[in-house]
Amino acid sequence: MRKSALLAAVLFLLVALVPLAGDAYWLRLGTTMLMYGVIAMAWNFIGGLAGYPSFASAAFFGLGAYAGAVAQKLGVPMGLAWTLAGALSLAFAALLGLALLRLRGHYFAIASLVVAEVLRELVNSATDLTGGGMGLNLPVPHDATVASQSEFFFYAMLALAAITFAAMLWATHSKLGFGLRCIQQNESAADMLGVNTTLYKVAAFMLSGAFAGAAGAIYASWVHYIEPPDVFDVLYSVKAIVMVLLGGAGSVFGPLFGAAIFLSLEELVWRNYLQVHTGVLGLMIVLLVLFLPKGVFSLRLPWRKGKP
Amino acid sequence: MLSLQILANGLVLGGLYACIAAGFSLVWGVLNVINILHGSFIVLGGYLAYYAYAQFGIHPFVSILIAAPLFFALGYILQRSLINRMIAAPVLLTLSLTFGLDLMLSNGMLVAFTADFKKLTLDPPLGVLNLGGIALPVDRLFAMVLALALTGLLYLLLSRSRIGRAIVAVRMDREAAALMGVNVKRIYAVTFGLGALMAGASGPLLAMIFPISPLSGPVYLGKAFVICVLGGLGSVPGAMIGGLALGVVESFGALWFGPEHAITLSFTLLILMLLFRPTGLLGRTGYA
Repeated sequence: MRKSALLAAVLFLLVALVPLAGDAYWLRLGTTMLMYGVIAMAWNFIGGLAGYPSFASAAFFGLGAYAGAVAQKLGVPMGLAWTLAGALSLAFAALLGLALLRLRGHYFAIASLVVAEVLRELVNSATDLTGGGMGLNLPVPHDATVASQSEFFFYAMLALAAITFAAMLWATHSKLGFGLRCIQQNESAADMLGVNTTLYKVAAFMLSGAFAGAAGAIYASWVHYIEPPDVFDVLYSVKAIVMVLLGGAGSVFGPLFGAAIFLSLEELVWRNYLQVHTGVLGLMIVLLVLFLPKGVFSLRLPWRKGKP
Repeated sequence: MLSLQILANGLVLGGLYACIAAGFSLVWGVLNVINILHGSFIVLGGYLAYYAYAQFGIHPFVSILIAAPLFFALGYILQRSLINRMIAAPVLLTLSLTFGLDLMLSNGMLVAFTADFKKLTLDPPLGVLNLGGIALPVDRLFAMVLALALTGLLYLLLSRSRIGRAIVAVRMDREAAALMGVNVKRIYAVTFGLGALMAGASGPLLAMIFPISPLSGPVYLGKAFVICVLGGLGSVPGAMIGGLALGVVESFGALWFGPEHAITLSFTLLILMLLFRPTGLLGRTGYA
């Protein structure tokens, strides 16, 4: 655990140097990568550790984005609005988890998938509060330059990523992580041996919700404008899963590496094949699932032959 | 009178929903794979009917006969080549696989057909039937009858034919079926082909009623989810009951709460059903 923490500290410090390059493009890319990393790590709590096929990331992300945006519109200061958004997503995940986590397999996957759709429709029809389909504009601070703003949101996302990582590291090495891994291997057996499966699963789901929600809130402040189909996009749920699968499910650094690899690929595709980028994304997912279901680090490289 | 009219509308819609869900439910039940592609197959079937009518004047009812073998072959090949490799993999991987394939197909349709809504309008129109004060558009009525007939055919196939009995056997117990000499791999491919066939055949029927867009795939997919959960998994009668129930619920829901809440209503229904009655309205896991 200490080794992982040290390695992570070095990694985050190195990433913190990115703004020194002074390039707006790399800064935006870095912020997006950190955001993807947070979403992937958040999914890892429930999907990687407990092994529950959750498609709720988009629901948490969108809920957090709208909670943060509405709070800011009502005059709550930015930092407090982000915290509130995270707390609301946490509470929502607790209630949702108590209901849905009794389901398993396909049923859980589908139930978690439709939550984002329901939230999107609700936000769409609550025009007074959320602006409905017109979207929601967030206040832009007047005293800041564009460059200092993008730097600010980069560091905000970096801080969130560091907190999420610390929480994940703690969870992996604590009793919680042990219980969740038991649940992943055999839930009935874990239950019989005295693991309070409901409590553990709901706790994992809450952590997942809180961090994805906070990421959504920072995203909303960063881009200044959100609309329901943008933040409740089911692709966020799928991307979270793909990133963790890429990096290796259940591991500590997996989600972060997966996010970095995924974003690089996505950026290449976006830049070169704008018209067909979702199709190419689909192709990537298909190839990943067919050939590398255990992540890129399971590749059989020539110098690793013989090792398990 | 109004509620009778709404009930009739709901049942007409529900017949089509049953046809959408029957194939999806079959694939889910037998292969234990959620086929995210199902919605896009329906849309593709709709485009087939649209272009067949616009270019060659082929009536949508006739283009079902063209769509059926094409989609069966598509599903069979897709299952044999790709999905079969992941058949025993965890839920997450099979779901991601069909999701990835769906992204490719829907993006392909977006490029090929553009995002504009297309509407298949019959010329001359079939008119409206008036049954004692209840107005029923004839094209919808025909579409519903055909949809129910297709679903009935699937039921007959599963309950009477040799291959149908083999599918049901695999659904009940894969190992035992394999020991009795059933070629499980082939049955899986045939089942997936049948699922694709049902989707491709319901496309032309829906194209006569709703505008076609590459983006409406997820809408049909969502309906299939709800119906499967309502009616119980892997059973044709379940899909029939679930489809009709959803049609009626949506029609009355639109009357009472407003049409903008239709999706919220049906998905809330889905979550409630999953929580309190996961075996479906019929109350048992069906073996067709």
